[in-house]
Amino acid sequence: MSVPTITKSTKESSMTATLSDRRATKRLNKELNYNPGRPAWKEPASPLYNAIKGVVLGGITLSIVIPLLLVISTSLADDEQLIAAGGFVLWPTHPSFAAYQAIFSGQFMIRALGVSAFITAVGTFLALFITITMAYATSRPVMLGRPVLLLVLFTLLFAPGLIPMFLMVKQLGLLNTVWSLILPGTFAAFNFVVMRSFFMNIPTELIEAARIDGASDFMILRKVVLPLSKAVIAVVGLFYAVGFWNAFFNAMIYINDQTLYPVQLILRNYVVQGGSMADAIGVTSTPPPQSMQMAIVVVALLPILLVYPFLQKHFTKGVITGAIKG
Amino acid sequence: MSQLQQESAEQLAASVELPGAAPVSEGKPGKKSGKGHQQQADIPLRKISWRTRLGRDWQMLVMMVPGVLFLALFFYIPILGNVIAFQDYQPFLGISGSDWVGLQNFVDLYFNPDFWVALRNTIVLAVWQLVLFFPVPLGLALIVDSLVSNKLRRWFQSLVYLPHFLSWVLVIALFQQVLGGAGLVNNTMRDLGLDTIPFMTNPETFPLLATIQLVWKDAGWAMIIFLASLASIDGTLYEAAAADGAGRWRRMWHITLPGLRSIIVLLLILRIGDILSVGFEQFLLQHDAVGAGAAEVLDTFTYFAGIVGGGWSAGAAAGLAKGVVGALLIFAANKVAHRLGEPGIFQKKVGS
Repeated sequence: MSVPTITKSTKESSMTATLSDRRATKRLNKELNYNPGRPAWKEPASPLYNAIKGVVLGGITLSIVIPLLLVISTSLADDEQLIAAGGFVLWPTHPSFAAYQAIFSGQFMIRALGVSAFITAVGTFLALFITITMAYATSRPVMLGRPVLLLVLFTLLFAPGLIPMFLMVKQLGLLNTVWSLILPGTFAAFNFVVMRSFFMNIPTELIEAARIDGASDFMILRKVVLPLSKAVIAVVGLFYAVGFWNAFFNAMIYINDQTLYPVQLILRNYVVQGGSMADAIGVTSTPPPQSMQMAIVVVALLPILLVYPFLQKHFTKGVITGAIKG
Repeated sequence: MSQLQQESAEQLAASVELPGAAPVSEGKPGKKSGKGHQQQADIPLRKISWRTRLGRDWQMLVMMVPGVLFLALFFYIPILGNVIAFQDYQPFLGISGSDWVGLQNFVDLYFNPDFWVALRNTIVLAVWQLVLFFPVPLGLALIVDSLVSNKLRRWFQSLVYLPHFLSWVLVIALFQQVLGGAGLVNNTMRDLGLDTIPFMTNPETFPLLATIQLVWKDAGWAMIIFLASLASIDGTLYEAAAADGAGRWRRMWHITLPGLRSIIVLLLILRIGDILSVGFEQFLLQHDAVGAGAAEVLDTFTYFAGIVGGGWSAGAAAGLAKGVVGALLIFAANKVAHRLGEPGIFQKKVGS
């Protein structure tokens, strides 16, 4: 019987509770082996199951953290430590940026970063523009809405194929330009579905009220719908941005000119395929190739690591889960 | 179908309230029964001329233009480009100038042993993925859902979603650094005086390696859909079952799994319908290291035959065959889902 009273008092007191009050409740809960987050009907935690869960979750955590830590640390390690450790370092004792200086010493890597940043920024902007307008126009009962919707949904079922796409890009004269890396990726049916189902959940009353006040469809989209849709725009924007940043195959088939290579293609050519960096990048000073390879990996990885925490919180807001549940 | 009707009824009902149609809707306010409602909804549509609708909706139509333009340029016109599968396509002659050869390209494909190797590899990899990849997100979701601490759960979710956002190039590079010939594991083994293990280059174990890579990259992300369905199970069911004396395993068997049945069946059927697609970049990147015997799948076959080898028509034929069979399989899978009383994918997506 004492259990419910404790939860109640924790809740009530939390408004005014001092730190020591909260600590006391915590201690009391611990003494009674009571966890306020745990439903009362659940049996007490079993040490065996907890141990199994701990091993599984811990193992998965390590399998993700260790490779990332390994590349970041090795890219920052100095020569002596690298040689002593036999090539790999899990923690750099004397961080040095020699590897980064080396890969950025030629124009090659800077240009690649510029290309990647350009296609990501412009591509994401265009993609959001096309997806938002299309999703809004088909989310309301308007003329031609349904046939256009079916046109989009058919793309989920069938793909035109690699070779016809290549011929089309060639026909449009986009080969060997950055636009060949941008335009074919500016719309994806999956993102459209996520966006549209979000728009459909916006109460019709809001839109009608705006219409009665004399707003046009353009104005309703800009002044009513978009401000309500920041979360879904953030998530869909992240999907597009990651897609553009990560694309390497497009560049591999559409781009011959080395000055237009994006970062991912550099990563593929010099790290995955192990091509010699010296001739292509024009590197003169030589830190160990291992740490230079790692530095390229980190350059490709870092933007995602930096952006991800800010956008990741929107996943849990049910943007995606809502779309999946339909 | 019923969903479609319902939505079109909604659509009409909504159009009634728009200014252009206002006078018409005044006509029959009384009828409320299902059929009457539909009839009532039918009438205003016929009365609104397309001119009125155009005047009312032109801004929405303008908004569709960029998307439709995209679909035309990068989807529907390229689909028509698949006609080169029936030609002996020569780039300098173009589609109009090349000779028509009927089904010859498909016949050639049938007698090409490399094509069958690619098909076999694709199906082998798909089966590996089905057996080893498919259950992982489900198990992970069950564990994460059972965590009492919200903080721990959020941390873990943030972490396991991350690899999904890394490119395949990056994932393969990371795997090379850890498991490759000069990677961390083999370096350590060499230091200990043991023989090295060619994890990354052994064609025999390649399907296992590829599946592990996929699990590492996408299992966490795939968990999201199971977590959503778990969250939608009514919590009082668990409480009632626990009050009746059901332990954790009984609750899982009688409440959790039936609650997930529909999503498991759906995903399983979709995966089987999509069996010809096992991924592309992952295999292209490891094509050289492992060799075509193990890493050639249908998509890479199309690429090497068409773009690298210059056999445009042969590549297009392989791509078209895969696309058509794939679409038929998805249709069939959807039919099976409907038969089993599950919503299936199209209805779900159209209705959402």
